[in-house]
Amino acid sequence: MSDAIRPLIVGAGPAGIRAAQVLVNLGIRPVVIDEAPSGGGQIYRQRLVPDERSAKDLYGSEAAKATNLHETFAGIRDRIDYLPETLVWNLRDKAADAVTGHRTRRIAFSHLILATGATDRVLPFPGWTLPGVFTLGGSQVALKSQGCAIGEEVVFLGSGPLLYLVAWQYVKAGASVVAVLDTAPFSAKLQLIRGLFAQPSVVFRGFRYAAELMARGVAVRFGVQPLRIDGTARVEGVVWRERGKEHRLACDAVGYGFSLRSETQLADLAGCRFIFDERDRAWRPERDGAGRTSMPGVYIAGDGAGIAGADAAELSGERAGLALLEDAGMSVYHARIGVLERKLACISKFRDVLESAFPFPAVWANGIADDVTLCRCEEIAVGDVRAAVRDQGVFELNRLKALTRVGMGRCQGRMCESAAVEVLAAACDRSPDAVGRLRAQPPIKPIPLEVAAEGEAA
Amino acid sequence: MALLKRLARHELPLVSFTLNGETCSGRAGDTVLTAILTQSDRLRLSDFSGNPRAGFCQMGACQDCWVLTSDGGRIRACSTVLEPGMNLRTITEPRS
Ligand SMILES: Cc1cc2nc3c(=O)[nH]c(=O)nc-3n(C[C@H](O)[C@H](O)[C@H](O)COP(=O)(O)OP(=O)(O)OC[C@H]3O[C@@H](n4cnc5c(N)ncnc54)[C@H](O)[C@@H]3O)c2cc1C
Ligand code: FES
Repeated sequence: MSDAIRPLIVGAGPAGIRAAQVLVNLGIRPVVIDEAPSGGGQIYRQRLVPDERSAKDLYGSEAAKATNLHETFAGIRDRIDYLPETLVWNLRDKAADAVTGHRTRRIAFSHLILATGATDRVLPFPGWTLPGVFTLGGSQVALKSQGCAIGEEVVFLGSGPLLYLVAWQYVKAGASVVAVLDTAPFSAKLQLIRGLFAQPSVVFRGFRYAAELMARGVAVRFGVQPLRIDGTARVEGVVWRERGKEHRLACDAVGYGFSLRSETQLADLAGCRFIFDERDRAWRPERDGAGRTSMPGVYIAGDGAGIAGADAAELSGERAGLALLEDAGMSVYHARIGVLERKLACISKFRDVLESAFPFPAVWANGIADDVTLCRCEEIAVGDVRAAVRDQGVFELNRLKALTRVGMGRCQGRMCESAAVEVLAAACDRSPDAVGRLRAQPPIKPIPLEVAAEGEAA
Repeated sequence: MALLKRLARHELPLVSFTLNGETCSGRAGDTVLTAILTQSDRLRLSDFSGNPRAGFCQMGACQDCWVLTSDGGRIRACSTVLEPGMNLRTITEPRS
């Protein structure tokens, strides 16, 4: 029977690897595809070549989890068909188009597990396109994978748990961090006390990061409203408002972000139904507790299914693998399913706490000036969106895209969709869920032109 | 002037490459983005306004780090591994 089951897993992060492991344990050989050169995903990203740093240096408190995941992946390596450095750029009925370098191929599958993870959610403000401004995630990639700080004097700005984590990792690695500017008020952090019961170690770790940053002289500020990043050719300083007063700090790099956004393009191409997730303030594929989407045979796990963090990604990957096996009529260990679902429910409750401790700056859209670049690729300004609402009566995101090109550039809206939604919704006085979401279009990332042509012909 | 600052990996073998006609070196395991931004503070000019850009996400999502190779090809600097002898050019002309 298992010969007829040929699952494709997209993503070799915590979710994808755990899903693969479950399938392999029952003698099924999945295809696992990831754009990255090695497994681990975002949080447990591996270096391109080994260096002097230990797992502890790289992954801190999560070193044991990282090592375990990497070893698991190495251990199942010869029982899966693994295609690293390969992008799934399109999905069709029971087949995926994947490109490795300049070679594209069509991969047939019986079942599909999407474990595509997340990227930083960013909001534009003046100066955000200057050299020296990176996302929080990008700042972390520079450090973990490349052993580099994004500058000599770094400011971290925004919201979300990554803000303090990345700042702390920088300080530990010997970088000079000038300030951590948190857009949430200090009072929001008191919400974390509610989380002490659910995930005490995570909460304590967070407090420890903040305390250690302050002890090392890093200015930690709350209730910050970012005004601009100064500089002409590169970052020279950051200016913000706090309790009605303007402040400026000199720096040569800024790492910033406002939590994460799920990578959902493939789920869209697979035909999955989406729902608006209030907590993530974004649309995501609809799924049951096991990761089944609205499309039979299509499963989703990890941060690509809604933001829940690395531990949840491992658990939900395993759960989705088990769901696939159940649906294929194979017998699975039901006690384990109960454990997974209980742990996932517990993490989900904790995510509610985190969201209230690191709230999305909902006021941003009203305060942002017309001349700020909203879309980095096509260089469309915030004012262009407002003009489309005012002059052309636009109230839907894809219509906005057609008229202004917002979301049409090379990044396909990854960097501007969240902001476009906020500006559009505020301008036409609707809620973010009421303006819709960008439709995914193949190729979901740029691929060589000749490859696209070949893919169409195949 | 460099944008990125190396904190580790100082002992890895040097990898030499050419950037805008000048010989430079990076380290084994560098991405093209790291190799360039540890010597320079930009990768390209934006397509329309011609403002300097130096990548943003470092994980293949924003597409703001494309540079040119000597044969006229384009590569995404943050997800391309530096190889010895690469002949790279930062994009110095806006697209339109
Ligand atoms: C830079 C960064 C740092 C983070 N750090 C932390 C942290 O320290 N702690 C924490 O709890 N959480 C962190 N997170 C959140 C993180 O998303 C999750 O914790 C965890 O990595 C989620 O696991 P995952 O398996 O769902 O996805 P990921 O780990 O993101 O893995 C998804 C994988 O899918 C691949 N992929 C996606 N689309 C395609 C495609 N079309 N074709 C081929 N491959 C594809 C990607 O290359 C990636 O390797 C971080 C997120 C980011 C972006
Ligand atoms: S820096 Fe974003 S794609 Fe390379």
